[in-house]
Amino acid sequence: MVIPNISLGPFTLVDVLPYVALVTILGVILLATPFLVWYERVALALIQDRLGPNRVGPRGLLQAFADGIKLFLKEDIRPSAVDATIYYAAPVLMMIPALAACAVLPVADLRIDMGGGRIESVPFVVGNVNIGILYLLGLTSLQVYGIVLAGWASNNKYSLMGGLRSSAQTISYELSMTMAVLTGVLISGSTNMVEIVRSQAGTVADWNIAKFLPLGFIATVVYLIAMVAETNRAPFDLPEAESELVAGFHTEYSSMKFAMFFMCEYASMLVISGVATALWFGGWNSPHPALNFVPGFVWFILKVVAFVMVYVWVRATLPRLRYDALMALGWKRLLPIALAALVLTATWDAVRTPADKKSGWPVIEAPHDADKPAARASNAR
Amino acid sequence: MQGNSIGFWILAALCIFAAVQVVANRNPVRSALALVGVMCCLSVFYFAQGAEFVGAVQLIVYAGAIMVLFLFVIMLLNLGAPNPMMDRVGLSKPVALLASAALLGSLALAGALKMAPDRVGKSPVSGTVQQIGYALFDPGRPWLFAFELTSVLLLVGVVGAVVLAQRRSD
Repeated sequence: MVIPNISLGPFTLVDVLPYVALVTILGVILLATPFLVWYERVALALIQDRLGPNRVGPRGLLQAFADGIKLFLKEDIRPSAVDATIYYAAPVLMMIPALAACAVLPVADLRIDMGGGRIESVPFVVGNVNIGILYLLGLTSLQVYGIVLAGWASNNKYSLMGGLRSSAQTISYELSMTMAVLTGVLISGSTNMVEIVRSQAGTVADWNIAKFLPLGFIATVVYLIAMVAETNRAPFDLPEAESELVAGFHTEYSSMKFAMFFMCEYASMLVISGVATALWFGGWNSPHPALNFVPGFVWFILKVVAFVMVYVWVRATLPRLRYDALMALGWKRLLPIALAALVLTATWDAVRTPADKKSGWPVIEAPHDADKPAARASNAR
Repeated sequence: MQGNSIGFWILAALCIFAAVQVVANRNPVRSALALVGVMCCLSVFYFAQGAEFVGAVQLIVYAGAIMVLFLFVIMLLNLGAPNPMMDRVGLSKPVALLASAALLGSLALAGALKMAPDRVGKSPVSGTVQQIGYALFDPGRPWLFAFELTSVLLLVGVVGAVVLAQRRSD
């Protein structure tokens, strides 16, 4: 499907595409939250052999909206002993990185007719930056502040415990996640999200999960485990363990402030599923060339929805980890495995690179050359 | 004034406000949080200058890892209330004043003499992963040895941390 590069006043479609992407992706992520809540509750009910929400609207679809209205109308309580500024800032600080992360999510590759029969692939992404994956890692590590500060500012021992657990857990699993991501970067040969997805075009065998067998697969599994831990979802939901910490870091939060934590969880679930899709499962690429008639964004959405299903499935199946077991899993199992996968992938890559490519270092442009468009384009890898 | 410079001045004001808060605020958690703000502002500066890799690393290493540990320790020791120990007047205050005055003076001098290139809102500097990697590991350049030396230093730090942690658990 080729889209003509429509002229919109002084701009063309390609010029405004990042802004269109920004509005669309943000809008979809925010609007999808109620449906995700419904999806999770229905899937949980299915697994646990019960009915689930079925009262509000057809098949209970409006249940999440009813919950939203309820949260809006609840009294906004501020406990007297909280540190007010940080208490109110914490949900916002958690929301910002969750939403900012979708800036580098590559959703689709559009075929655009630039005029004169020249057809170019233009990614449907907000910022096609060279270090997209590093930007994502940075933002994921910032997300812990929201939880830690919420726990501290609440001036409540359970909340503080939740905040401390969260920071320890996030730091521990971030290492394994980073190692797994770096393995993916090595396999793709790029830190640009769009290039990572483009390098996986073809069949299922070209996806990063199936490359460097079994190293790609191992790194994928490590990433998937770490991603559940990073989003504080069951079975890694120790920061908010109801049975031990009475909801942990958000015990003292009511009304819309609580709803923001809730939305954050689902938004970051979507974003991090999108990253997993782009990094390991081919992003917008179809599993087989015969299925290429289906547009790319459909594949992307299908894969993200499948990941959300995995999230729910894992939550329904596995019991919550004990705290020391959580730490042991992160440091003594995942990290060595991820490190080994990284080193072996690097070795493999170095060994199979032809000898003529190894010799000689490429000429590095002087810094002032970076201003020239040609030099910028050659660095885009 | 270009959009870039407007962004720069807003960000600069934010950055300086946060930096003042780091030292002026008596609450250690808020002080640490202000430092996170400074790190984030610096990272955005790097991004705006086109040094995307440096910006991302600034975010990951300082804001994402080191400051989280700072906050973690502050919260673990529960340094919530202002500490009377901090009011103790000693030699540290005049020395700190002198040192910061010297730093400010030398920076102002460098600015007045135009020793630093004026890059505000101008061309991006090169800072992509590829360029940095080639520059660091180029055998023809002198930085490979320094780089390896730094990694050995980090390794020593890691081994030291493990040894210290082990002694405690005995």
